[in-house]
Amino acid sequence: MISKDSVAHVASLAKLQFSEADLEKYTDQLAEILDMVEQLEQVSTKDVPVTTQSIHLENVMRPDVAKPAEPVTELLKNVPTKKGTLIQVPAIIDKEDD
Amino acid sequence: MDYFKTSLDQLHEQLRAGQLTSQQLVDETLAGIDKIDPNVAAFLAVNADGAKKQAAAVDAAGIDADQPLSGVPIAIKDNIVTKGVVTTAASKILANFNPIYNATVVEKLAAAGAINVGKTNLDEFAMGSSTENSAFKTTKNAWDYTRVPGGSSGGSAAAVAAGEVVAALGSDTGGSIRQPAAFNGIVGFKPTYGRVSRWGLIAFSSSLDQIGTLTRNVKDAAQVLNVIAGHDERDSTTADKPVPDYTEKIGQAIKGMKIALPKEYLGKGVDPAVADKIKTAAKQLEDMGATVTEVSLPHTQYAVPAYYIIASSEASSNLQRFDGIRYGFRAKDVHNIEDVYVRSRSEGFGPEVKRRIMLGTFSLSAGFYDAYFKKAGQVRTLITRDFEAVFNDYDLIIGPTTPTVAFKIGEKVTDPVTMYMNDILTIPVNLAGLPAASVPAGFVDGMPVGLQLIGKPFAESTIFQVAAAFEAQNDYLAQIPGGK
Repeated sequence: MISKDSVAHVASLAKLQFSEADLEKYTDQLAEILDMVEQLEQVSTKDVPVTTQSIHLENVMRPDVAKPAEPVTELLKNVPTKKGTLIQVPAIIDKEDD
Repeated sequence: MDYFKTSLDQLHEQLRAGQLTSQQLVDETLAGIDKIDPNVAAFLAVNADGAKKQAAAVDAAGIDADQPLSGVPIAIKDNIVTKGVVTTAASKILANFNPIYNATVVEKLAAAGAINVGKTNLDEFAMGSSTENSAFKTTKNAWDYTRVPGGSSGGSAAAVAAGEVVAALGSDTGGSIRQPAAFNGIVGFKPTYGRVSRWGLIAFSSSLDQIGTLTRNVKDAAQVLNVIAGHDERDSTTADKPVPDYTEKIGQAIKGMKIALPKEYLGKGVDPAVADKIKTAAKQLEDMGATVTEVSLPHTQYAVPAYYIIASSEASSNLQRFDGIRYGFRAKDVHNIEDVYVRSRSEGFGPEVKRRIMLGTFSLSAGFYDAYFKKAGQVRTLITRDFEAVFNDYDLIIGPTTPTVAFKIGEKVTDPVTMYMNDILTIPVNLAGLPAASVPAGFVDGMPVGLQLIGKPFAESTIFQVAAAFEAQNDYLAQIPGGK
């Protein structure tokens, strides 16, 4: 059974935050999902390789040729806030710690 | 335009003969959407001006006689990026995202002269089976407005089923094309993993996602796939194999075809009335000269848990890019960089997306990786081997697409595990990377049932051959949804 503290830890890894009420709801739901997942323990997988993709290609190469890219103004079109051609973000260091 | 009575071939003939211009067809299609979509809510955005411009250009250049999509309006699922047309993946985090490039499939459609008429609704980031997880609207089943259209390509399926468009693109990670096609009584086609480029498909689960088609007719699906399939340098997981003409086997007899029917696909959890329709379909295929034999895919019951670990793990990684910095939603009044990340994501993602990010992050985290992610990857191997064993002896596997007909809006949305189990018959196919289709196979209580056809890797043509033969034996398309 997953605990509320573990769920809070996973949330911090995932860069998510939840209200206390939501944290309880997610704990219950994750517990239920993990219960379902525990069925997998019934399957013997000794010496079975892991499948991570089904097309079985590796090291797909292509010629390393420079090609024209979109202009910077176009690339920055969806940036929430910018200064000139730079992406503007809040201070990395917390202002409240100043 | 009456899309209930018009195939791509018929549209193409009218356009080519000059009985219809692409601009007229676009105007009629837009008028149809205006009339129908207030009830069905399939579209997130209608690309009226863009579609008119594209149609004018196609008319000016002349309809391409060799290209059945030339001048034809097509809808596109809103997780496929379209240059200059806002693409949201039905997420608040991308509400204002205006892509600066087209997905490969969108480029290919445009090169074939197809018109992008609009973007269709989906479960946020394609995570869901009912389209109820859209941040923006609830799409209705074309047959009954109180029921879900399925998902995640629910908008594309409902738009086709309700007669708004002749064809639409969707994406299928665990059944997201086939299940809504089944729920809406149309044809849904998911190609082999690697057959269609994913470049420009907003990533959910990269080892499972595949773009495919939603149409009323089998041949229309083959014609759209002819356009979008093929190797793409920008997606290194695409297969460098020639693309056959997918219509080539349509019309050929299926005599001698060896078809397998897994007993697990008619077992526990499958509505007996749905199972009956599939048995009737099997009988019809036998009457046409195919053999249908019961087989076993013993690991079927483990597909759902394996899938939710794998898909959620990949999603948690793919969705790290949504950080509020370069594009997408950024939370207000944030004081430091950590705040930007955490608050933008927490306010921007909906509940199901967060649930999957949490499950995925947990499965990949230290101490749990072996028990969850690795175990799921091993079970995936066993599921793939099950299919390989059957395909040693058979050409095709059939079964129901879904365990039940479309359920009511709100019925399962509060219970994630029950919702996930709805995908038990479609998920194994994605884990193994196989091609599969859902075709109409009758009705239970007035709601459509889908027959699923699963092929060997890159044997799309076999699926089209059998699907078309089955379609020709039945007149399910003669029944038209009225909503209610």
